[in-house]
Amino acid sequence: MRRLKRNWQPLLASTLTAISAAWLPLTLPGAPVPIQGMTIALLLLAAALNVILTLEDRGHAVRAGVLFIGAHISAGMLLSGLDGNEGQMSASFFLMIAASWLLAWGTVSELAQIEPRSSAARSFLRLLIPAIFGVWILIIWEAITRGAGIPFILLPPPSAIGARIAGSVATLWADVQQTIFKAVLFGYVVGCASGFAVAILADRFAFLRRGLIPIGNMVSALPIIGVAPIMVMWFGFDWQSKAAVVIIMTFFPMLVNTVAGLATAGSMERDLMRSYASDYWQTLIKLRLPAAMPFIFNALKINSTLALIGAIVAEFFGTPIVGMGFRISTEIGRMNVDMVWAEIAVAALIGSVFYGVVALVERATTFWHPSNRGG
Amino acid sequence: MSVTPPSVVSARKLGLTFQTGDGPVHALSNVDLEVRKGDFVSFIGPSGCGKTTFLRVIADLEKNTDGEITVNGMTPEEARKSRSYGYVFQAPALYPWRTIEKNVALPLEIMGHSAAERAKRIERTLDLVNLSGFGKKYPWQLSGGMQQRASIARALAFDADLLLMDEPFGALDEIVRDHLNAQLLKLWARTEKTICFVTHSIPEAVYLSTRIVVMSPRPGRVTDVIESTLPKERPLEIRETPEFLEIAHRVREGLRAGHSYEE
Repeated sequence: MRRLKRNWQPLLASTLTAISAAWLPLTLPGAPVPIQGMTIALLLLAAALNVILTLEDRGHAVRAGVLFIGAHISAGMLLSGLDGNEGQMSASFFLMIAASWLLAWGTVSELAQIEPRSSAARSFLRLLIPAIFGVWILIIWEAITRGAGIPFILLPPPSAIGARIAGSVATLWADVQQTIFKAVLFGYVVGCASGFAVAILADRFAFLRRGLIPIGNMVSALPIIGVAPIMVMWFGFDWQSKAAVVIIMTFFPMLVNTVAGLATAGSMERDLMRSYASDYWQTLIKLRLPAAMPFIFNALKINSTLALIGAIVAEFFGTPIVGMGFRISTEIGRMNVDMVWAEIAVAALIGSVFYGVVALVERATTFWHPSNRGG
Repeated sequence: MSVTPPSVVSARKLGLTFQTGDGPVHALSNVDLEVRKGDFVSFIGPSGCGKTTFLRVIADLEKNTDGEITVNGMTPEEARKSRSYGYVFQAPALYPWRTIEKNVALPLEIMGHSAAERAKRIERTLDLVNLSGFGKKYPWQLSGGMQQRASIARALAFDADLLLMDEPFGALDEIVRDHLNAQLLKLWARTEKTICFVTHSIPEAVYLSTRIVVMSPRPGRVTDVIESTLPKERPLEIRETPEFLEIAHRVREGLRAGHSYEE
């Protein structure tokens, strides 16, 4: 039973390979470049059976290595067989893709059980496991879109998107400069800073807290789709109007989180400050702001993604002929979906980096918080 | 001993009533008390007897609604503003983003001491509580007993003559507590501070105090004030002597007289 549990992915993979081997070739009859595929089947079987039979009691790393090699060589061979055969692949092809995917699954589950001693190995594993996951999303995407001949307009294969990114670096760079470096960064900095400043004012003056927060609630409920065209009317076509949308979107999360964060310092800690006859600003700087830091960083992280969304969507409502949102809205009209996907990929990458940088600064700043202490 | 030391805390018919949704709660009523310079006064009683409230009134963290109280001859608010007491809470309340020495430096920063002066005082007070060498650690890297000692160092750092301690060792186990009690007595002898100490442990109160104030609840009031006859020099073994047990017995009697064992 334990053996079955440990080996079910290679076991199922070898079964699938055996079934598909019975139905070779990999291509449908009449395919331009017929492919037999026996080599791939043998490779898959060899890797799977090797792990089940001879490496049964070996360590996770050895098993993971064999599975990794088997899964990725066969996947590479399967994908290279797609050239010229778009939409002409047989069920056998998809069974083998599934079999290699199962081997990759086996790799990840073996890797996940490794408990490395050195911290370098640990961080390498922490990157490797999600990388294998991500690569397999792309492999399956590529295999299905090209193997089954899914129309380009509906979903282009990742290889085409990659080629488009490589071929349009100049355009993408100009768009990134316009949207990210002008609208997003300016809007983010101003929105977060003003949200923070107003939160301090609202904390100091009760009438602001009572009057402004409910109105701010209403502002935050404003639909961005409705606000964006107005901002274009007010601030013109260029990046300033997009920055204004970003400011509106990021201001409120920062305000609410900072106000909530300023309330988190415990009563004992406040009494302590009172016993020192500490004034408002001393208590704010030495106690309440440090205690509010986890909340403030929460807002900074939420805003890092909101800012990106705001700027891109705002560009749908009028912009000079550059910008990520502009490119997405015009290229989709010209059926250049690969360019749309290229912009999406770039936006996702930048969004992750943005978020990651904020998260890193957070870890360095709020190292003392229980959620960051371990490790 | 012909000259009476000056009064540090003086309460006359002190009362405090909290207005709550369920009607008024008399946290303190008719408390008369005199704490003199150099005293070690313990407040003991069951929960709800107002011992912590009384300490908080001295510290100007609560305002009395009846009677009068002076601290160092001033109102509690003036006394707080002139930084005349150090307060040690039930929990260490150290700021986790500051190292131990930065925590001790906190009141000094607020009170505007120079960096050189701060360094000198940090070293001296950490030495007083036997935490030399731990200054660079963060509070969450230390044990509960060490954290509470650091919080005592913080209360001592700015040289207030009056130390208010609200069940400072309540959350610690008995072995650590014994150890800290002995250390506190040494510290009291070395610094000659006046200490007001809230506790719910009879042995702790008897072991530490020159005077024990027994309180009872509903309304919070003083039922007995016991002068300790124990010598100033008190090894831990003193707790086995008949004299110690006699005082402990009187405290227990006082608590019973306050009907605090009723429910």
